[in-house]
Amino acid sequence: MASRIEILNDGGYRSDGRRQYELRDITIDLSQQGQADGSAIITHGLTQVLVSVFGPREAKQRRETIHDRANINVEVAVAAFSTGERRKRSRGDKRILEIAAIIKSTFEPVIQTSIYPRSQIDIFVQVLQQDGGLLQACINGTTLALANAGIPLLDFVCAVTGGVHSTSPMLDLTTLEENDIPHATVAMMPRTGKVTLVTMETRLHVDRFEEIFRLAIDAGKVIHREMKIAVKGRTEALVTAMGSASKVASGGDNDELMQDY
Amino acid sequence: MRPPSPSLPEREFLLQALHQSLRLDGRAMLEARTPTLTFGPEMGWVDCQMGKTRVLAHTTATMVKPQPERPLEGTITIHSEISPMASSAGEYDSGRPSDEEITITRMLDKVVRRSDAVDKESLCILAGERVWALRLTIHCLADSGNLLDCACLAAIVSLRHFRRPDVEVIGSDVTVHAPTERAPVPLSIHHTPFCNTFAFFPPSPSSIAAQDSQDPLSSPLQIPILDPSHLEQRLCTGTLSIALNAQREICVLQKLGGVPLGAEEVLLAVEVAVRRAKEMNEWVDGRLREDWEGRKGSVEVR
Repeated sequence: MASRIEILNDGGYRSDGRRQYELRDITIDLSQQGQADGSAIITHGLTQVLVSVFGPREAKQRRETIHDRANINVEVAVAAFSTGERRKRSRGDKRILEIAAIIKSTFEPVIQTSIYPRSQIDIFVQVLQQDGGLLQACINGTTLALANAGIPLLDFVCAVTGGVHSTSPMLDLTTLEENDIPHATVAMMPRTGKVTLVTMETRLHVDRFEEIFRLAIDAGKVIHREMKIAVKGRTEALVTAMGSASKVASGGDNDELMQDY
Repeated sequence: MRPPSPSLPEREFLLQALHQSLRLDGRAMLEARTPTLTFGPEMGWVDCQMGKTRVLAHTTATMVKPQPERPLEGTITIHSEISPMASSAGEYDSGRPSDEEITITRMLDKVVRRSDAVDKESLCILAGERVWALRLTIHCLADSGNLLDCACLAAIVSLRHFRRPDVEVIGSDVTVHAPTERAPVPLSIHHTPFCNTFAFFPPSPSSIAAQDSQDPLSSPLQIPILDPSHLEQRLCTGTLSIALNAQREICVLQKLGGVPLGAEEVLLAVEVAVRRAKEMNEWVDGRLREDWEGRKGSVEVR
């Protein structure tokens, strides 16, 4: 390689000017997208994902219905223009299918599927831009879209990537950093602090892993705060638009309840 | 067709036994089945059995022109196939791959290829002209639980068992020596990752009640078991797969959804996997050595 980028310079800054534990800018857009029952666009720095949720509705194929709970169907599509190098990925790509399988198994125990027997919830994930932390954006986006669709969840699922550069742990990696250093994606549930998903694909010593693992769990709480602000903001806007603003003001107690955790 | 799920009495029986720390096949909770490795007449041909789970792995090498962007590196391709006969429940139909199949294929790819177990540069014969292309074929013959660990073990042992023909390069002339002329050489392998899968089961109702009175937010620990059998795998609430080598390096750690776990529970499983990887490493070394001793008479092996 000609000139390697410096992952962490002597001043303690990363290639994009962030500090070690600094997360990238998060923007969340929960506005209506087309016909979807709930949708979210989440942006982590230069990674952008659009998630649309349809349902609960009758399954297109009857054989896919499950008698005592809802079936969750996840489809992931990656736009050809999402990476620096234009590349069309087919729908049968193993990596894409894997992400879809991961999202499905992550949300199966989180969505209260037993409320909707014999129905189907469709989650369509469209990756618009990729710059590291793809899985994290997909999971956070799905949580938001599900919440926006009004589907009962047990908790938020907040995902963050963490990596280690020699001995210094870092959070929320970009593509440049992901290519160079070992990293793990951790998804946690803020209410109990438990993890639903951990994946690591690169070689890392056990002791170092423990370090980034614990750090990522803490960072999940920060992401949760951002997501909660977005969901509450959207709900407030909707309620105001429906002309019942006065009720919101008097129903302050309920608001407190949500702030509890 | 979706395979029929295990019956309710089966489920009840298994859970109640687990709550008394008993498993249906008489193993301890964190005890894995002892694998059996059978080596074929050819180098790189391995049949790995764990209980009734059975996987066959076979490595072959051919000489090809390298990819233009990586002129100094050989290639490894993994072909895995889960035969429909592997499971009586019809889980692995031909056609669209199931989620489980995708997980196994991707995991094999990560454990064998992405963890850099094999030194790819040592597969180079003549820069930009000739490199070795390894092809690892994995046939999953029978699934009676934990197909993933069995497949990973078969794959990595097959690579360690494999010998490629010796080559001589003079100028730009490449001479391949037949095994009768010169002893074939082993691949240069950096490390040997071993995969361990844990399955988690919900704790007994009595322990949930006891915990609830103390602290309503912290739920009691899930019951972990190592190397789940087929029934255990179908009934568990979540799995965690850890691939690591004897040098205490985690190569792949994968917990894809399923029941949420506390940080301590994950780290406990990592500890168990570390110990087991060390044992497995010695055991595999021993088995490979035994096999070589047996071959000394017929073929010269380095």
